[in-house]
Amino acid sequence: MTAAPAAALQADGVEVWLGRRAKSRILHGVGLTARSGEIVGLIGETGSGKTTLARAIVGLAPLHAGTVRVDGTPVDGLRGAALRRFRRSGRVQYVFQDPLRSLDPDVTVLDSVVEGLAIRGDGKAADRRARAVAALEQVGLDPALGDRLPGRLSGGQRQRVAIARALAVDPRVLLLDEPVSALDAANRNHVLRVLDRLRHEREVAIVMISHDLGSLAGIADRVVVLYRGEVVEEGPAARVLLEPEHPYTQRLVTSVPSIDGPRRPLITEGVHV
Amino acid sequence: MQSPLLSVDDLHVAAGGVDVVHGVSFDLAPGEAIGLVGESGSGKTLTCRAILGVPPPGVTVSGGAIRLAGEDVSRYSRRQWDRVRGPRVAAVFQDPASYLNPSLTVGRQLDEVLRVKNGLDRRAARTRAVELLASMGLHRPEHVHDQYPYELSGGMLQRVLIAIAVSGDPDLLVADEPTTALDVTVQAEVLDLIAALRAERRLSLLLVSHDLAVVAQLCDRVVVLRHGRVVESGPTRRVLDDPADPYTRQLVADHREYGLDRLVTR
Repeated sequence: MTAAPAAALQADGVEVWLGRRAKSRILHGVGLTARSGEIVGLIGETGSGKTTLARAIVGLAPLHAGTVRVDGTPVDGLRGAALRRFRRSGRVQYVFQDPLRSLDPDVTVLDSVVEGLAIRGDGKAADRRARAVAALEQVGLDPALGDRLPGRLSGGQRQRVAIARALAVDPRVLLLDEPVSALDAANRNHVLRVLDRLRHEREVAIVMISHDLGSLAGIADRVVVLYRGEVVEEGPAARVLLEPEHPYTQRLVTSVPSIDGPRRPLITEGVHV
Repeated sequence: MQSPLLSVDDLHVAAGGVDVVHGVSFDLAPGEAIGLVGESGSGKTLTCRAILGVPPPGVTVSGGAIRLAGEDVSRYSRRQWDRVRGPRVAAVFQDPASYLNPSLTVGRQLDEVLRVKNGLDRRAARTRAVELLASMGLHRPEHVHDQYPYELSGGMLQRVLIAIAVSGDPDLLVADEPTTALDVTVQAEVLDLIAALRAERRLSLLLVSHDLAVVAQLCDRVVVLRHGRVVESGPTRRVLDDPADPYTRQLVADHREYGLDRLVTR
């Protein structure tokens, strides 16, 4: 009997402590799985631990307990040269919330994408340039914009540059932290369409951190709801968002404003946020 | 018809000498809520800044009139504005933390407004401040009064800013993307608070937002801006359900492309 192929990303029992005391614990044994071609929505509010979980997965926050596997290989215990090799491989890519701050303001956006490839040590310089141009085209950006500095692009264009930079190195896992929450509807749609197309073309597992339930409803296969450092609910996106079971998820869903008119006022008893 | 509380009449706003708002007009009746919508660069924020008399550096009103309760305020001096802000008009913005002094407790800043604008003495100001914080739905208002901005969440800070804004009992509240930076549940709470204040205080509202769903929660009418011009205005349900202008149709279609509603129908 052959086992099913390992998930692109599998995190189990992840605990992160801020300090030495148990009360500084911000993640309480969290699990998160994402398969190739799958988009998993990670929902939670400020302080829920969702950004910490993403940071733990990429090795930016130390694990107190738990494991993180990429294609079945543990990556949480890596140190020294092995850790550097893993980072350079680019197998896990993290797109930060605000690309204006994560892209070098003095480097043209094409050079930023080229730099990602150079760090991985891929190909000759001319070849990298061609691949960077292709990456910009894949996210729907005119390569003529490649000569611009990040500050001369719109928010939506910058977000697509950050995604192009991440995808150029052929990651297995793409983590996106609130990629569309600052964008207006037209730009949001553009970014979401790009992600929805690329997950299949590039065979990448996508974890999208967001409190924009509407966007996740449109593209996520599954959603995981994080509340005070614990997963309180997870399942297929349509099931969780249409028939939420946990009171916190129910509160999230009833908070979403609708273009069709006023919601009922929130009942503030019950879950304390 | 009742005379409007706010009348924006052929407003032109120039940035660096070039007009970027080209003749915007709309009226807001007492007690009414209007949503000013449009994408980034549509001129909605500059229009709102002009109405408040706080244009960004290099930006000026280059034509038209802004009448607040019948008086043209578009060329008011700073001293004249000091009389109007508070009792006539007040504002809240997207990022509440940047409108508070980080080194003073929020209560001290609210007390100061009450002393300067409402002429209360120290003790009366504190009592009134705590009452106001309580009426914003803040738990343990005495405790919040003595906290510094960094100790409060974004939603709590926005409630403090709303308390400061309504402390002078204004006729008009201008809210520029007041919930854009907040989590979805906190956004819902702040929108509920603004709706309650409107009902209790007969507060008129000018809400600036790029999110049509937020506007649909609070506003009676919508004014759609594009490239510094009004492309469409009318009752909220009419504009959002049956937009007449192609640009508005596009905004609504873009908004509806993703959303929880799609799950129900697919």
